[in-house]
Amino acid sequence: MAKKEYSFYPGCSSQKLASGSNYQTAVDSMCDVLDIKLNTIPDWNCCAASIGYAEGGELPRLALSARNLALSEQANPGQDVVATCAACWLATRETKERLHHSDSLMKETNEALAAAGLKVKADQNVRHMVEVLVEDIGYEEMGKHVKKPLEGIKIAGYVGCQTNRPFGISGESFENPKYLDKLVETMGAQPVDNYDKKVSCCGGALAFSEPEKSQALIKDIIEAAYDGGADMIVTPCPVCQMNVEIYQNDINAKYKTKFKIPVVYYSTLMSVAYGKNAKQAGLDGLVIQAKQLNDIAAK
Amino acid sequence: MSANTAAVERYRNSFLKEVEANVEEGNWVKMCMQCGVCSGSCPFGPHWDHPPQELFMMIRAGKREEVLTSSSMWMCTSCYNCIARCPRELPITHIMHGLANYAHRLGIAPKNQPTRKFAKMFWDNLSKKGRVNELKLGVSLYFMNGFVSGIKTAIAALPIGIGMYKTKRLNPMEYFGGHGVKDTSGLHAILKKAREIEDAKMKKF
Ligand code: SF4
Ligand code: SF4
Repeated sequence: MAKKEYSFYPGCSSQKLASGSNYQTAVDSMCDVLDIKLNTIPDWNCCAASIGYAEGGELPRLALSARNLALSEQANPGQDVVATCAACWLATRETKERLHHSDSLMKETNEALAAAGLKVKADQNVRHMVEVLVEDIGYEEMGKHVKKPLEGIKIAGYVGCQTNRPFGISGESFENPKYLDKLVETMGAQPVDNYDKKVSCCGGALAFSEPEKSQALIKDIIEAAYDGGADMIVTPCPVCQMNVEIYQNDINAKYKTKFKIPVVYYSTLMSVAYGKNAKQAGLDGLVIQAKQLNDIAAK
Repeated sequence: MSANTAAVERYRNSFLKEVEANVEEGNWVKMCMQCGVCSGSCPFGPHWDHPPQELFMMIRAGKREEVLTSSSMWMCTSCYNCIARCPRELPITHIMHGLANYAHRLGIAPKNQPTRKFAKMFWDNLSKKGRVNELKLGVSLYFMNGFVSGIKTAIAALPIGIGMYKTKRLNPMEYFGGHGVKDTSGLHAILKKAREIEDAKMKKF
């Protein structure tokens, strides 16, 4: 198989010792097996996520993503931009589409970029890593590399908001996208059927500023996973992962629940199934340990 | 004259025109057919004083003060449910962000709105070095509501921080330096220029 190359936008949460650093570890392991080469955009900056708007406004916010696109065009010409974080992907792709939609925005953005000697065309595709897996690699190829099927584990596929809306993964519905379930199956585990909080919101960035309101949403997401008989939850989004994992103690204290469910990334599952060890799969980065995966990884 | 008074003078007759001119994607507001689908889509639904559909109606009815001082648009979690469902394809999420930003710029958004404060901290944090420093963001967050409640929140969140630290997902050294882009001056120049262009546009109308 020819090596596939992409221009990679890692995003803030993936940085060393940041909240999604274990996501990055697992992505690297997964890409290693699938022969995917990620060329990091040199000197990339934050995308402003979906919370930068209040102070940032429109143009400064778009200019941030445009700078990343411009640097990508310079360093990795002709390559699709790929992000692993839902918010990074969304902000970057939205910027690309907005720039093409409006000549004046394109002009103003380039005026701003010129202040640092940059120029953007924004003509490359901007994709989520999941799209690369589903569209460029395919389930069959992903399945071929499974060395240790994740047998006997039941997993709730929590897709969340921003990997799903407004763009989503082509061929999937907004209300019931199936790709995570298919991925779980491909790795030899069992997906929870009809997980009814699959595309519900975890509060996103507002988990910080409105903790109570967000934790009420997170509680329902976890409860529905338990109701479906899940041993763990899998997600493609670092914000979802963090929100659903780290507030379980607070939720237990408030709602008298006994939640203790691991929340992992698709890349964690794939790394373990591909025979990587716990460290390579980023399992040591989980606040709530996924014992079943640790056991398989140690085998 | 404050920015707010100036805006009131300029658009005396039409708040809709003011929104169209100054709010991100504001020119879409008139396309709303009041079906109510968006209002049923917000995850924080019960906490919105005026859900999106109502805000759009109020904008047309000229209820400027009520709209801009409302905490409603600050309840938006950016879940994009509304955009996926709106029969008229309004970019509702962006209009909510735009209204929040406009009210914030005019200085009339609710003062102690927690998401307003958080959003400002987030931007300040990222625009300084080009990347988010999660630890600094976390620390300012705890002290967002003042010192005493800051200590309380910090203590309540302590087990989370320790869990994240143990698993190497929170870096205490970050507080003293840490993540950032190399070309900070270039980044600052871009942001400054972008801000100038945006401010000039607002003055023009
Ligand atoms: S869903 Fe669209 S058309 Fe319906 S009320 Fe909301 S904005 Fe208006
Ligand atoms: S994106 Fe905002 S306005 Fe739209 S449904 Fe979600 S919370 Fe409501």
